[in-house]
Amino acid sequence: MTAPAPVDTAPARERLRSPWIGVGVAAVLWIAAYAMNRPFWEWLIGNVAGVDLESRVGSSVEFFVYDTIKIALLLAGIIFVVTVLRSFMSVERTRALLGGRREGVGNVAAAGLGVVTPFCSCSAVPGFIGFVAAGVPLGVTMSFLIASPMVNEVAIVLLFGLFGWKVAALYVTAGLLIAIVAGWVIGRLRLERWVEPFVFETTLRGQPIDSSAGLSWSDRFTMGREEVRSIIVKIWPYLLVGIGVGAVIHGWVPEDFFARIAGSGNPLAVPAAVVLGIPLYSNAAGILPLVEALHAKGLAIGTVLAFMMSVVALSLPEMILLRRVLKPRLLAAFVAVVGTGILAVGFLFNVVL
Amino acid sequence: MDIKVLGPGCTNCKTLEARVLEAVTELGIDSSIDKVTDYHAIASYGVMSTPALVIDDRVVLTGRVPALPELRDILTGAAS
Repeated sequence: MTAPAPVDTAPARERLRSPWIGVGVAAVLWIAAYAMNRPFWEWLIGNVAGVDLESRVGSSVEFFVYDTIKIALLLAGIIFVVTVLRSFMSVERTRALLGGRREGVGNVAAAGLGVVTPFCSCSAVPGFIGFVAAGVPLGVTMSFLIASPMVNEVAIVLLFGLFGWKVAALYVTAGLLIAIVAGWVIGRLRLERWVEPFVFETTLRGQPIDSSAGLSWSDRFTMGREEVRSIIVKIWPYLLVGIGVGAVIHGWVPEDFFARIAGSGNPLAVPAAVVLGIPLYSNAAGILPLVEALHAKGLAIGTVLAFMMSVVALSLPEMILLRRVLKPRLLAAFVAVVGTGILAVGFLFNVVL
Repeated sequence: MDIKVLGPGCTNCKTLEARVLEAVTELGIDSSIDKVTDYHAIASYGVMSTPALVIDDRVVLTGRVPALPELRDILTGAAS
């Protein structure tokens, strides 16, 4: 064995170190921007432009610019971190972990893995086929498919940024519980015959490749940057409209307006929120700033969370996708079980909080 | 070279297809590029997250859109 030439090690080390420098600089800039955001706008709008921040126009404008930048920073920062962390996981690895698990334990594992596995709802159908054809029980697969979009990083980040960590933690806990219980119930109902038969007939040929293997830190950081870019590009119009409407509500709607018409005392508020959430999906990011403003004017927190969950977990586009593999009866059971869970969470939080 | 882009037609699948075309043209590889959108066909490749890239019936990439340099490496690696 000959020792490697010293010339070769220097560039190798440089390649190893350089991606971290870029990420470090970005992190410092991010923290500075986040800390300066509010004082800067208060100074610019209040002192330089001379607008009274207590006035309607003043508070709306300040809310709009401050909130837009805060949410954009939070989204960019956390999507980057989450994508880099998730690049260590893959659906293939998750399926291997779930294979051979019994119901119960399997449901819990599937819900937890649903949070950490990188999975786009556009892959729901091939994912479903891949799991079921490989022998993962139907209910366990459903736990994964419910948790994956519901305990979604964009939703969690926005809840944390707009409502604080307690609401975000409640949301995550409730979301996991719904995924575990709903998947278990669907498993108990023995609904396998309502899965389109071709799913069970699919033979998986070839060795599936593990997409998380063989990536360098530099690759992972590139993936993080790409993900931030693609999500921001996709959602910014919704975000601006949502924050804009939120800003108007912030300045003009009276303080207890929604407490009177849709407060915790109104039994119809939660079901209405769930039904309203079904057709909305891609607007998850745009809807939250709006919901924040509604909450500030008295909309109860359980109603807010139920709405959020319905938007991300019971989306019409995803149901249309899942119809390819689930017969209407199983799809209906899915909606009924998940919807019941969301309603329960909404009512419970309205009573408890 | 027989290249297939697997995906039901989401944004990422279109991005991958465009990028593959770009890389193939750039490298001057003689190839056919097909789109596979049927779920049954996608699943039968053992692919669970889209988009995926299949070269000469072998899955080489799933679940993400690689940057152009990485894609070039994959294609030149498969060509040789």
